[in-house]
Amino acid sequence: MPINSLEEITDGQYDVLREIGNIGVGNAVTALSEMLGSRLIGMAAPKVGLMDIDKIADVMNGPENPIVGILITLSGDVNGMMMFAMDEGSARRLANQILMKESNETTFSHMDFSVLKEIGNVITGAYLTAISTMTGLQIRTSVPEVCHDMAGAILSVPAIEFGKMGDKALMIDSAFDETKQDINGYYLLMPDMESYNKIMEKFGL
Amino acid sequence: MGERVKVGMADYNVCQAPDSIITLGLGSCVGVVLYDKTTGIAGMLHAMLPDSNLIRNHANRAKFADTGLEDLLKLLAKKGVRKENLVAKLAGGARMFNFSGSSDISGIGDRNVQAVKKKLMEYHIKLVAEDTGLDYGRTVEFFPQTGLLEIRAVGKGVKSI
Repeated sequence: MPINSLEEITDGQYDVLREIGNIGVGNAVTALSEMLGSRLIGMAAPKVGLMDIDKIADVMNGPENPIVGILITLSGDVNGMMMFAMDEGSARRLANQILMKESNETTFSHMDFSVLKEIGNVITGAYLTAISTMTGLQIRTSVPEVCHDMAGAILSVPAIEFGKMGDKALMIDSAFDETKQDINGYYLLMPDMESYNKIMEKFGL
Repeated sequence: MGERVKVGMADYNVCQAPDSIITLGLGSCVGVVLYDKTTGIAGMLHAMLPDSNLIRNHANRAKFADTGLEDLLKLLAKKGVRKENLVAKLAGGARMFNFSGSSDISGIGDRNVQAVKKKLMEYHIKLVAEDTGLDYGRTVEFFPQTGLLEIRAVGKGVKSI
């Protein structure tokens, strides 16, 4: 049954989203482990949830808290966009690990941003592969763009996309536990309503 | 010092001097201040989208520049503010992510700004100051006592318009 807004998501569709979330985040952990050259362990099961778009920044400690967001656009069978948002500390730890440095600066260099874009590419790609594999739908992705700014400002971009469809945002909370330091991030998957229904149709929903 | 009245995303409110009114972390959204010097009353709208007519589900009127401004004006009128006395200040509408190929995402901030300007013209409300566009987030706070809109951005300090 096609739905007109995310407010109408059924329990069956939630189960599907949770399953996609599990596999998607699982894929992303594998990909990230290879990239970091260290095994990520103890991944908590991702939480899938709908939240009010006007409260979207609250999950990242409020609208003024600085975060890093990586955004890609989707085309092909699925149109829309996907964001991976993480707190500043997580982004710093990821960039440090890849670049093998021990910086604790809160500004990011050009090189840091390149690394974060690549990480965004890998973990959103791994996630989307899960959707493609499960549905047979082809999803093309754009080159990622990265932004470091206030949570409210960065998350206004997905909030506006979701805002076109209703007043709820679909968020997937993922925690990648590395042996020493945690990396906490959120996936925001924003297919347009037509694409969302196309995905669900493949699951017979 | 007065109280600080908060305005969330897709939200509006009013305040009166010596209180101030604030909205946090504007990105591609726009913050519109309508201000009446004679009463010291100011209203602020934090709108996300330009036009309610383009969206099927438009129950949340504060989400849109057009219906949000309409409702904010009604609330100001209820507080005894005369429309002729109002002037406007505008901030936000940034391009947070720069996708060269995809104008819809990159251009939404700009379209929000244009939509507000068009509405203000229709209402004959003069826009006296703006800090819009570019590629960074803004926290904006308006002080009716001084008529100044204070803008804070990460790594850019504070400015007043």
